[in-house]
Amino acid sequence: MTASTAETPRETAGGPTRFPLVLGLDTFGDHEHDAEDRPLSHAQTIRNVVEEGVLAEQVGVDFFGIGEHHTDDFPMPAADLVLAAIAARTKRIHVGSAVTVLSSDDPVRVFQRFSTLNAVSNGRAEVVLGRGSSIDSFPLFGYDLANYEELFEEKVNLFAELLKGGPVTWQGNLRPSLNNQDVVPHTEAGPFRTWIGVGGSPQSVVRAAHYGFSLMLAIIGGSPARFRPFSRLFLQALEKFGREPLPIGVHSPGHVAETDEKALEEFWPRWLHIITKMSKVRGFAIPTLESFRFEVGPQGALFIGSPETVAQKIAANLKTLGANRFDLKFGMPGLSPDSLMRNIELYGTKVIPRVRELLAESTQPDA
Amino acid sequence: MSGSVIPSSVRRIAVLGAGHVGPVIARIALDAGFEVAIATSGNPDNLELITQVVMPGVEARWAADAVRTADLVVLSIPLHRFPALDPALLAGKLVVDAMNYWAPADGVVAMFQDQRLSSSEVVQRRLTQSTVIKSLNQIAYQYLDDGRRPAGSLDRHAIGVAGDDSNAANVVGEVIDRIGYDPVLLGSLKAGRILQPGGPVFGAVLTRSEFERAMHTPAVQS
Repeated sequence: MTASTAETPRETAGGPTRFPLVLGLDTFGDHEHDAEDRPLSHAQTIRNVVEEGVLAEQVGVDFFGIGEHHTDDFPMPAADLVLAAIAARTKRIHVGSAVTVLSSDDPVRVFQRFSTLNAVSNGRAEVVLGRGSSIDSFPLFGYDLANYEELFEEKVNLFAELLKGGPVTWQGNLRPSLNNQDVVPHTEAGPFRTWIGVGGSPQSVVRAAHYGFSLMLAIIGGSPARFRPFSRLFLQALEKFGREPLPIGVHSPGHVAETDEKALEEFWPRWLHIITKMSKVRGFAIPTLESFRFEVGPQGALFIGSPETVAQKIAANLKTLGANRFDLKFGMPGLSPDSLMRNIELYGTKVIPRVRELLAESTQPDA
Repeated sequence: MSGSVIPSSVRRIAVLGAGHVGPVIARIALDAGFEVAIATSGNPDNLELITQVVMPGVEARWAADAVRTADLVVLSIPLHRFPALDPALLAGKLVVDAMNYWAPADGVVAMFQDQRLSSSEVVQRRLTQSTVIKSLNQIAYQYLDDGRRPAGSLDRHAIGVAGDDSNAANVVGEVIDRIGYDPVLLGSLKAGRILQPGGPVFGAVLTRSEFERAMHTPAVQS
């Protein structure tokens, strides 16, 4: 890792971030197994996710995100309902999606649901809009995958209109028009924070800047550093559109346990299983232990290990990317509730303070 | 394939498509010393900031302008847009097809549904006045950049090159080699089927010997 070089990567990314450091957790509602490796019911998994969100607040996590999914491995189609349950039992933690698959949803309903979540949580709601690398919602709701770009483009456009508040007049091709329509509930204190999840397309980065949405870099494979130009592109695009700088976040998968060995041992078989399954659907080659080790290493996108290992990797990548937020996507279908709760506890009590310490150290000369 | 001019060596490359894949290919081609232009179906002004920041040195141009002066054109547009692409745009050109077709993930595109043809054969049948080579499609774009190695490295990775015109395939192979990968030449566009989603090397980062071993696994019949 290159954290100690004279030229700080944060500068290369377009100047030090002016936003406070936010460290969050994301889940996809990964289907949990009990200690004997028997699958729990979907319902029990969902109840466990509520407990995970509550624990996240107790141990000092800043944000808890739930990504919409529609499969037996990830039985989490109504993330906003689960977020509302968490909001009702917490006071401080921000709650949001990770991501909302806007292309196969109705922007008016998404706005209404998250505006409602924002009301229930006293202004703690956030939404991350994505095109969704998970594809299952398209056949489910009768959308054609071949249209996903057009669907996303048009629906983001409408969503941006809705966020402005006030009666909406809007016209598009893929959804009925709105004519001076009041969409409730109104937000109390301006729009809730909206992000666009970007996987690797520079045009998506520019689109986020165009609408004044924050940038969430979804880094799930390969070197996180290759996203560095995207941070710069985002800030320059905001400037071009006459907007103030906005936060930049990173979302990556991982797992924290007491030791590196334990974390790898728990995660690898679950990951192999789910990626092998995905390989068959997506047509790519099955991963190997070697490719897994690469992803776990400093050049890869998996944040797995002891609190110290994971904290070092988070701090290094936040600096490299000029980002102020990191959301660890924890869990994997088949992991037990115990393993997930321990992951959350270690993340909150060990990883977060250590990342704050590492980033404070590295910025000290400027202070 | 009539009328294509196969350059003896490539100096100028045009990349069509600026999504996930195009900008990565443009950047690594520039690194390898080629003159590179990138284009979408729209106005190059919209790409200027992106090229400046993400691939400085690459020129954003109108598609027709980029193609006209190019020795080699890389096609990296979303495959479902291909049926709307005017074949005349690419007439006479050496074209590298870096696109992939996988209906379960991308939706059904009727033109590509004929199971007897590899997706690049479909592309070749439509681009009757171009010479199509299938390549740069099988390593995920996330790894294209970091996966490069100097010639002779023991851990150098392989990229398949499939084409019916062996002269054209050799020219593309040289480009792949300069970019930083070992080209593995496959005899025909039909043989390029093994590079497709569902094939034994798709999405894998492999050395030449691993690639050649995987190629001969009986998993995929063409």
